[in-house]
Amino acid sequence: MKIKIVSFIAIFLASFLHAQTIEVCEKCPVSNVKDAIKVAKDFDTIVIKKGTYKEHDILVDKPLTIIGKDYPVIDGEMKGEIITVVSDSVTVDGLFIINVGTSYTEDYAAIRVKRSKDFVIKNLVLEKLFFGIYIEKSQNGKIFHNKIIGDAVEEYNSGNGIQLWYSKNVEIEHNFVERVRDGIYLEFSDFCTIKNNVSANNIRYGLHFMFSNDDIYQDNTFENNGAGVAVMFSKKIKMYNNVFKENWGTASYGLLLKEINDAEIKGNIFSNNTIGINIEGSNRINYINNDFINNGWAVKVRGACYTNHFISNNFLYNSFDISYNSNINDNIFDKNYWSNYTGYDLNKNGIGDIPYRPVKLFSYIVNRTPETIILLRSLFIDIIDFSEKVSPVFTPDNLLDNNPKMKRITW
Amino acid sequence: MLKILKYSFYDLMRSRWSYVYFAFYLLLGIVLLFLNNDLSKAVITLMNVIIVLVPLIGTIFGVMYYYNSKEFTELLLAQPLKRSSIFLGQYLGVAISLSMSLVLGLGIPFIFYGLFKSTAIWDFSLLLITGAFLTFIFSALAFNIALSNENKIKGFGYAILLWLFLAIIYDGIFLMSLILFEDYPLDKLSLIGTMLNPIDLSRTLILLKLDISALLGYTGAIFKQFFGTNFGLIVSIAMLTVWVLMPVFRIIFKSKKKDF
Amino acid sequence: MVSIQNLHKKFGKNQVLSGLDLEISEGGIFAVLGPNGSGKTTLIKCLLGMVIPNKGSISVMGENVKNGSAYRHKIDYLPQIANFPSNLKVKELIKMIKDLRGNTTLDQELISLFKLEPFLDKKLGNLSGGTKQKVNLVLTFMFNSPLVILDEPTSGLDPISLLRLKKLIQAEKDKGKTILITSHIMSFVEEISDEIVFLLEGKIYFKGSINELKNKTNQPDFEHAIASILTDNHA
Repeated sequence: MKIKIVSFIAIFLASFLHAQTIEVCEKCPVSNVKDAIKVAKDFDTIVIKKGTYKEHDILVDKPLTIIGKDYPVIDGEMKGEIITVVSDSVTVDGLFIINVGTSYTEDYAAIRVKRSKDFVIKNLVLEKLFFGIYIEKSQNGKIFHNKIIGDAVEEYNSGNGIQLWYSKNVEIEHNFVERVRDGIYLEFSDFCTIKNNVSANNIRYGLHFMFSNDDIYQDNTFENNGAGVAVMFSKKIKMYNNVFKENWGTASYGLLLKEINDAEIKGNIFSNNTIGINIEGSNRINYINNDFINNGWAVKVRGACYTNHFISNNFLYNSFDISYNSNINDNIFDKNYWSNYTGYDLNKNGIGDIPYRPVKLFSYIVNRTPETIILLRSLFIDIIDFSEKVSPVFTPDNLLDNNPKMKRITW
Repeated sequence: MLKILKYSFYDLMRSRWSYVYFAFYLLLGIVLLFLNNDLSKAVITLMNVIIVLVPLIGTIFGVMYYYNSKEFTELLLAQPLKRSSIFLGQYLGVAISLSMSLVLGLGIPFIFYGLFKSTAIWDFSLLLITGAFLTFIFSALAFNIALSNENKIKGFGYAILLWLFLAIIYDGIFLMSLILFEDYPLDKLSLIGTMLNPIDLSRTLILLKLDISALLGYTGAIFKQFFGTNFGLIVSIAMLTVWVLMPVFRIIFKSKKKDF
Repeated sequence: MVSIQNLHKKFGKNQVLSGLDLEISEGGIFAVLGPNGSGKTTLIKCLLGMVIPNKGSISVMGENVKNGSAYRHKIDYLPQIANFPSNLKVKELIKMIKDLRGNTTLDQELISLFKLEPFLDKKLGNLSGGTKQKVNLVLTFMFNSPLVILDEPTSGLDPISLLRLKKLIQAEKDKGKTILITSHIMSFVEEISDEIVFLLEGKIYFKGSINELKNKTNQPDFEHAIASILTDNHA
C-alpha cells in the first residue's frame, strides 16, 4: 500500500517536473501555435503572448494546456475551422478567436473537441464565427466563462454558439452567447449541466435540446431570441430558476416543449413573451413555483398533453392565462395565483371560494381566427367570456383551479 | 370663444355633477391602489373603466349640458357673438371640465401612491391621454346629437344608443364578420375596422402597451408593422384626432344652419 | 333703421312667414301684434339672426343680417322667457354679459331702479319669475343701443315695476331710440306705442298708428279694433 502511494506521487511529480512551458510570440523562437504544438510534449503548457496569429486548422493531438496571455488573437481568415482538439485532457484558456470560415457542407467551428475526455474550454472570446464551440462524441468536459458574439442574420447560413453532439457529462457555465443561430444546442447529449449562462438575441433558440436526456439547466437567462428555448424529444430534463423573457414573434415562445416526458420545471420566470410555454405532446411534467408575467399566452397547450401538474405558480397580467385547442383536459391546475381571478375569500383561508377557470372562450376564438386578437379586452369579448364561464361549451369544462390563491405566492 | 369657454367651464366646475364625476374617479383610484396594492392590476382595471365609462359619461353629460343650457344659449345668441364660437365654447367647456375631473380624480391618488417612481407611469399617462381623447370625442358626438334633435328624450335615447353601439354592438358585428370571412386575409380589414370606432381605437392604443406580447403573435405583415413599431401609436393618435375634429366641424356646420 | 324684404320662413311644413315686407324708421315705439302663431317671435328672431330665413333679406341700420354678428352690437334684446344658467349669481351674470359685450356703467342705475341690490349675491336658480324678469330688463337696457327689442317685457312684473318699465321705455324713446315691442297686454301697447304692426298669417296685415287702426275697423277702442280684425279674418 505504502509503496503504491509513493510510486504514485513519484510518477506524478516526475510528470509535473517534466512538463514544460512553451511561449509563443511574434519574436519568440516559436512564433505560431501550430509549431508550438509540434514541439510540445504531453502535458506541456503553451503560453501564447499578445499578438495576432493568422492560423487555422490547428490540430491539438496531445494533452496540452494552451493559455492565452492578454487575449492573443487567432485569426482564421475565414478559411475554415480554427482549433480542433482530438486528445484527452486538453485545456484551452483565454484566446480571442475570430473569422471562422463559413461552409454549406461542413460545420466549421472556432474550436472543436472530437472524441475526447476531460477537456476544459474557458475564457474564450469568439467573434465572426460560424459554429462556436463544437463538442463531438466527448465526455467529462467543462465549458465556462466564454463569450460568443456572432453576427448571424439568416438561419440557413449561420451556426450555433455552443453545440454538443453525442456527448456526456459536460458542464456549461457562465457563458455569454449572442447573435448566433442556436445559443446552446444539445443533440443526443445526456447528463449535462447548463448553468448561469446568458443567451440572447439569437436567431433561432436560446437553448435547444434534441434527443437529449437527464440534463439539467438552471439559473440561465434567455432573452429576445427568435423562439426562446426549445426542448424536443427528450426525457427527464430539469429546468430550474431560469429567466425567459422578451421572446416576441409569431412562432415565438419562452419555452417550447415537444414530445417531452417526465420533466420538472420549477422556479422559472417567464416574462413578456408572446407565448410563455408552448406544449405539444408532453406528459408527466411538473410545473411548480414559476412566475408567468405579462405574456401574451402564459401557457399554450396544443393537444396530446397528459398528466401534467401546474401547482403553485403565479400567473400575472397575461393577456391569456391558458389556451387549449380542444375541450379535453387531463392536466391538473391547483393552488396557483391568477391575477385575473375575480372571486372572493369569505372564510379568509387565503384560497378563493369559487374555482378559477383559466381558459377563456376568446382564446379559443383567437386560435381559430387570429385576426380577432384585435378585439382583446373589448367589452363585448368580456361578455361572451363571461357567458362561456357560466356554461362552458368550447373550452374544457373540467379545467379548473379549485384552490386559486388570493395573494401572489412567494417561495 | 374663449370667453364662452371660460363661463361654460366655470358654470360646470360649480355644478354638482362635475364633483360627483371627480369624486367617483378619486374613489376608484384610491380603491384600486390602496386596497389592491397592485399597480399593474390597477392599470388594467382602469383601462376597462376608461374604455367603457368615459364614453358613456361623455355622451350623457354632453347631451344633458346642451339641453340644460338652452336658454342660456339663446341669451348668448342675441349677443354680438359668432354662433360657432358660442357652441365651440360650450363644447370645450364640457370636454375640458370632464377631462379635468378624470385626470385629477385618477391622477391624485396615483401621485400619492408614488407613481412618479414607478415604471407604470407611461402606461398610466397613456391611459389618461386616451381618456381625455374619448371625452372630447364623445362630448362632441353628444353635441351633434343634441343639435340635431330638439326633443330631449329622443336626444338622450340616441346618445345612449350611440354608446351602446360603439361600446358593444360594433365589436359584436366586427367579431362576427372576422369569423365569417376567416378564409380571407383579414389584417387590413381588422385594422380598418378598429380605426372606424373611437372606442376600439383607444383600446388598441392601450393594448399596444399592455398586451404587445400577445399582439405580436399574429403573422400578418401589416399587423406586425402596426404593432411592432411606433407606427401604430402614431396612426392611432392621428385617427383619434380626426375623430375629435370630425364632429367638431359638424357642430360648426350644423350650428350655422340651425334655428333657435 | 330696419328694413325687411320678402321674408319667408318655414318650420317643417308650417309656413310661418310668407313674404313679409317691413320698414321701420328711426325713433319711436313700434308694437308688433298678432294672434298666437302669427310669426311675431319668428320675425324678431330673424332680426336677431337666431332664425335663418328661407328667403328674403333683412338689414339693420344698413347692415345685412347675414354678414356676421357685429350688427347685434346695435341691438338690445329682451327674450321672452328669462332662464339663465342657474349656477350663476346675478352679479356674475351681469359681469359676464358686460364681459361679452363691452363695458357699461348703466347697470348700477338700472339695478337701483328695479331695486335689485338685495338679490345680487343670489343664484339665478333661486329667483322668482318676476325678479328674473327684472334682471333680464337690466341686462337689456344697460347697453344703450339704438335699437331695442322687447319680447313680452311685462310678464311677471309687479305693478310698481311695470310703472318703472313704462317710464324707462319712454325715456329711451326720448333719447331717439327705436323700440320694438311684442305684448299681449293691449292696454300696455295702447299706452306706450306710437305705431303698431299687425301680423296675420305670416304677413303684415296692418301698419300704422292706433288711431288709424280704430278708423279702419270702425271700433271705438283699441282692444275691440284688434278683436274685430281677428273675428273678421277667422269667421
